[in-house]
Amino acid sequence: MFYREAGQYKATYEADSAKFPIFQDKLFIWAYLAIGFIAVPFFGNEFFLGAIMIPFLVFTLAAIGLNILTGFTGQISLGTGAFMGVGAYACYKMTLAYPDVNILIFIFASGIFSAIVGMFFGLPSLRIKGFYLVVTTLAAQFFLEWAFIRIPWLYNYNDSGAIEVPQREAFGIIVTGASASAEVRYIICLAVVVIMTWFASNIISGRIGRSWMMIRDMDIAAELMGVRPLYAKLSAFAVSSFYCGVAGALMVFMWLGAAEVESFDYNHSFEVLFMVILGGLGSLLGCFLGAAVIWILPVMIRDWLPPIVDAITPFTINSSQADLVSDIIIGVMIVVFLIMEPLGLARLWAIIKQKLRVWPFPY
Amino acid sequence: MLKKLVLGAAALGFVATAQMTTIAKAEDTLYLPSMSYRTGPFAGAGGPIANGYADYLNMLNERDGGIGGAKVIVEECETAYNAQKGVECYEATKGNNAGALVYNPYSTGITLQLIPKAPVDEIPVLSMGYGLSAAAIGEKFPWTFNYPASYWSQMSSILQHIDANGGIKGKKIGFIYLDVGYGKEPIPLLDKLAPQMGFEWVGFPVGVKEMQAQGATWLSVRKERPDWMIMWGFGAMNPTAIKEAAKIRFPMDKFIGNWWAGAHADLEPVGEAGKGYLSSNFSGIGTDFPALQDVIKHVVDKGNSQADKDDVGKVLYNRGLFNAVIVAEAVRAAQKATGKKAITGADMRLGLEKFVLDEARLKEIGLEGFTAPIKASCKDHEGAGAIFIQQWDGSDWKRTSDLIPPMTDVVLPLLQEAADKYVAEQTGWKTQSCG
Repeated sequence: MFYREAGQYKATYEADSAKFPIFQDKLFIWAYLAIGFIAVPFFGNEFFLGAIMIPFLVFTLAAIGLNILTGFTGQISLGTGAFMGVGAYACYKMTLAYPDVNILIFIFASGIFSAIVGMFFGLPSLRIKGFYLVVTTLAAQFFLEWAFIRIPWLYNYNDSGAIEVPQREAFGIIVTGASASAEVRYIICLAVVVIMTWFASNIISGRIGRSWMMIRDMDIAAELMGVRPLYAKLSAFAVSSFYCGVAGALMVFMWLGAAEVESFDYNHSFEVLFMVILGGLGSLLGCFLGAAVIWILPVMIRDWLPPIVDAITPFTINSSQADLVSDIIIGVMIVVFLIMEPLGLARLWAIIKQKLRVWPFPY
Repeated sequence: MLKKLVLGAAALGFVATAQMTTIAKAEDTLYLPSMSYRTGPFAGAGGPIANGYADYLNMLNERDGGIGGAKVIVEECETAYNAQKGVECYEATKGNNAGALVYNPYSTGITLQLIPKAPVDEIPVLSMGYGLSAAAIGEKFPWTFNYPASYWSQMSSILQHIDANGGIKGKKIGFIYLDVGYGKEPIPLLDKLAPQMGFEWVGFPVGVKEMQAQGATWLSVRKERPDWMIMWGFGAMNPTAIKEAAKIRFPMDKFIGNWWAGAHADLEPVGEAGKGYLSSNFSGIGTDFPALQDVIKHVVDKGNSQADKDDVGKVLYNRGLFNAVIVAEAVRAAQKATGKKAITGADMRLGLEKFVLDEARLKEIGLEGFTAPIKASCKDHEGAGAIFIQQWDGSDWKRTSDLIPPMTDVVLPLLQEAADKYVAEQTGWKTQSCG
């Protein structure tokens, strides 16, 4: 009933192949954008924007990057954390060298460095698949971590070995550093994520995206039909790393403010991989849902569980116990989801949509 | 099923928001958030520190009714030694109650993230014996403090101790360090002092992933045959290194750890094999101080502490306690300077700058001989503290040296240089001028 497309006629080919063919979907998208751009910065406090929404957007972008590689092209990677690091260090070095250039340009440019590094480490994918590729991307992760520690030029010979975000302006507004307001940083992250998601969805439904999916579904068949694996796989690595690199730059410049190498360690690669798996392989919506569950849920648990337990039970729990509880819940959720809905949250949403369409008559 | 879940979640959410709005806004409180890490890879160190910090402040509440008539609220936030959770904790707690007064991040990574935020939010950062060494320069870092000594000061004191025990000229010093920013920090100082004091030094980096597998490292130590070993380690790296040192029969009394490599938790797994191992420290050991007896009486014995009674008085517990002492004394100084009971973060900064903890005051608060006197100023955010050397006797730490002040003449120019470099990278960084 809610999702009935009856009466919505499509008179042109464009309308028929539109991204959101149903009126209700269009409505939803515009509503979400309005909420994201207007309501959230207007009503959200600094904690909500700075500790929940900005990290959520950063991880969404990283998850889109990994999903392009893993979900759409079928190449599993554990190097996401390191590729994010390449973006962050590249952005840091560029903005130190040219402090007057608009930082947003560098945030996008840092993705290019990451794409080059990603393509280099993607070369083995032409020969090996599956677990073996996982191992080589893990090698990329370890090598890059090593580079971030051992090449002092990358962190500008700081005694602390960390990169510290300087204050930078764009369009006359302070956008990085501690003086930048959470609203500004949030809006920038949101704009970047929206633009790049739109871009990704267009690549995916176009020729390049189709060649990725052909490689994923059966690479030999794809090759026989004229898809060149070299171009398809390396372009997937490049685009994926580009997204991860931009996410890494956003992570350090818009969120953390300073980063040591541990901010890019392999735990983050796993975290993003969980987001992709939990959200749904091969779905852009899934990236948003996965990032929301893996990032926002633990924050909520850590923040809300102690007062709730205080209020409704005779027990008290402290913040470290709440932290452990959130770890346990997330772990259990991953296991349960993999068993009950291996296609992820995106699939769950599709089921709900279908149910809403036929409601109240299920047949 | 789904319906029940949704309803349940909604009910929980409602209770939570109701709970949050009903927290009474009491007058005259001092809100001191505690960033703890009771979980994660370094939980062994994080627990005792957080216990010592909370117990001392709770003792002041119980015994004196707070500090200067204002009740202290200690709220713990779990960081798991993770920089991302650290930022989350900071954002979540900084505005609670009447606003946080000071942050003790207990992690170099989190400290670095908070340093630029401090002047904007007007909440000072006290990184006690860790963090950015350059923060000692008060003119460049008005909002950051690192009493009682920076890593560079500590290294200079350790080198002096070596010099005083058999001379350092012509000796070879091995420096084993955790291969992250923290471990690498003393290297510029070693480079500078080596020609000046006439020693030679060799570095042995230990990667985070090799913390518990140092066989190869100690093989090269054996090859290099250093006369002394100095260690900048943390967590699981420390007991592993000491065990490996024992294995190659390196003389334990020529092996000095820094103050994060000299806790009970580090040596208890080693036990008798570590007998003679030295480490630096700046907070007293044991419970033979009136203040600690008060903590036991008012907090621990009443069951209001998360610490076991046996853990009270151990190195890291006392360090957390000392952190609380500094915070409490700075609050007093701020109250005195402003005449207010409930102070703000900006007042707290003033209090930290006017901070004086001399022998008389130490005696007064029941901590005579616990640590070196500290006197901070607008210029000096390091407080001219000093360290002492302690030795492991197989089951406990014993203090073996007098206080060793740092070589300020060497360290200060280095600190200045590093502070200038930090500020040069920033735009719009606020410094202060000290009259």
